[in-house]
Amino acid sequence: MANLILEPNLPDADAFYKELTDLHRDLNNEQSRDVNARLILLLSNHIGDHEALSQAMNIAREHIPPQGE
Amino acid sequence: MFKTYTFPEFDYVRSVDQDAAGATHHPVIVVGAGPIGMAAAIDFAQYGVNVVVLDDNNTVSVGSRAVCYAKRFLDISDRLGIGQRCIDKGVTWNLGRVFFEDEEIYNFNMLPEEHHRRPGFINLQQYYLEEYMVDRVNELEAADLRWKNKVVKVDQTDDVVRLTVETPEGPYELTCDYLVACDGASSNVRSQCGLESKGQIFHDRFLIADVIMDPKNFPPERWFWFNPPFHEGQSTLLHRQADNVWRIDFDLGWDADPEEEKKPENIIPRVKAFLGEDVEFDLEWASVYTFTCRRMDEFRHGRIFFAGDAAHQVSPFGARGANSGIEDTDNLTWKIKAVMDGLAPTELLNSYSDERTFAADENILNSTRSTDFITPKNEQNRVFRDAVLKLAKNYTFARPLVNSGRLSVPPFLTESWLNTEDTDKFDCKVVPGAPCTDGPIQRNGEETFLLSSLGNTFNGLLFVENRSDAEDAVLEQLGQLAQLPMPVKTFLVSNHEMDLQLPEGVELVVDTKGVVKQRLDAQAGTFYLTRPDQLVTARMRQFDKAAVIAAQSKALGNK
Repeated sequence: MANLILEPNLPDADAFYKELTDLHRDLNNEQSRDVNARLILLLSNHIGDHEALSQAMNIAREHIPPQGE
Repeated sequence: MFKTYTFPEFDYVRSVDQDAAGATHHPVIVVGAGPIGMAAAIDFAQYGVNVVVLDDNNTVSVGSRAVCYAKRFLDISDRLGIGQRCIDKGVTWNLGRVFFEDEEIYNFNMLPEEHHRRPGFINLQQYYLEEYMVDRVNELEAADLRWKNKVVKVDQTDDVVRLTVETPEGPYELTCDYLVACDGASSNVRSQCGLESKGQIFHDRFLIADVIMDPKNFPPERWFWFNPPFHEGQSTLLHRQADNVWRIDFDLGWDADPEEEKKPENIIPRVKAFLGEDVEFDLEWASVYTFTCRRMDEFRHGRIFFAGDAAHQVSPFGARGANSGIEDTDNLTWKIKAVMDGLAPTELLNSYSDERTFAADENILNSTRSTDFITPKNEQNRVFRDAVLKLAKNYTFARPLVNSGRLSVPPFLTESWLNTEDTDKFDCKVVPGAPCTDGPIQRNGEETFLLSSLGNTFNGLLFVENRSDAEDAVLEQLGQLAQLPMPVKTFLVSNHEMDLQLPEGVELVVDTKGVVKQRLDAQAGTFYLTRPDQLVTARMRQFDKAAVIAAQSKALGNK
């Protein structure tokens, strides 16, 4: 299984970032959350590599201290 | 009063044990005459073991609790002698529809794989199943079913289990070698033993309404509705049972008042909102329930064994209650029998707990996942859930993520220490620890199925193509296996009849469609060993008598 790519991999970073933020430009919070959820689901299916997805999920919340019960 | 069903009332009959001076001893006592307890009793009696079943009630399950019986359940029921009655009365369905808000997002056809004796699953009210089981128990000399016999005290020593039983005519005492507790989710035997079933309680309430409708109005399909317009924020399930009775299951949320919700004046508007104002129906039965996903740490406690809901509980999504319960007793009875007969060490009995806790964990995992999808735990879960459902309409990739219940399939006991690990390469779904596959065969010139021929003893399957694959020396060894204290009865599996002189305990069957060979990835010479519960326990590319004996010894708990 491939490791999650953590080095730059986007051919045109600025253009991508603009498109991502434009996606939400006219959305309210609820719509944004819905769109983000769909985006995550679409991309996850495209990646299709459970190990890489687990790595991404871990990194996505590694800055948040573990919550006590 | 039910419109479609009359509940039988079974007589309390005084037993001679109640007149005995002391406690009468029985080899096996089963507590609880629900589907699991009766499955255990039938199985023991079919093995010729005398068994007493004690039940505190005198009728079958009131209302329909279990509905969906999966293929494995039906295969086991066939060996218990009640499979055909379940099939004849039950409703077979294949089409499932998933709705979200006001539209159908997709449907799926669960058309079962061809060439199995039994379908993927049937729907049948639990009271019918129990009625068939009671009839079967009563046919069996070795089974003694005692109604209105309530176990009030249980204790055990190393050698014996002692019971005090309360009856309408006062208490009496019994002892037994083995006690099988199938007395349900709030098992009295379990609390008598000071044991617990631990897990997760779900803060949710469900209303079940069984309604009678004209079958022209609704097809025999499974409809699962997420967040329907008529029942906002919750979910609804529609399922057809026998006698034109439909099960409707409404998720009510935690704040619902169960007593209020159960009242017909509150149920009928809900059902009408769902079915439409014009659809005529009669309300048959209704109940409000909550559920837990939990299990006991161990299912064996000395000479006492726990099975079914007494041992483990799941949410109803996926129909994993009765389906896993019958797998429990199917796993247990032959082991107790082997130990009683001195053919296996008592350690074999530990494997019941090891194998069935493993299975329970898989069921609990699946059931919990379904529940979390159906009833999202927090706002973000709901956002993901709804996104999955909306995407699923146009994009098939999202459909495997939709979880309205993962229907019961028997867990493969791949980690069991009774299995012999493969040393040869096989490429098929069936592995050691999995139930053997099915397929049409010809046996003694008659059309039947493989699973109708396997079980209740160890079986071998030796695949042969021509005469040279069945040399006299091999046949002689197979004959010897059939003479072991715990016999291994072998079927030679071929694609055509062969004129062979076969020793006792060895038969030739014809794999008429070639599916048995294909499903087991077999070649000439391949040998499979199955246990009395039809689970594959070892396999090899070339038959080797010593290896088969070693594998059987391992499957009997010898370390």
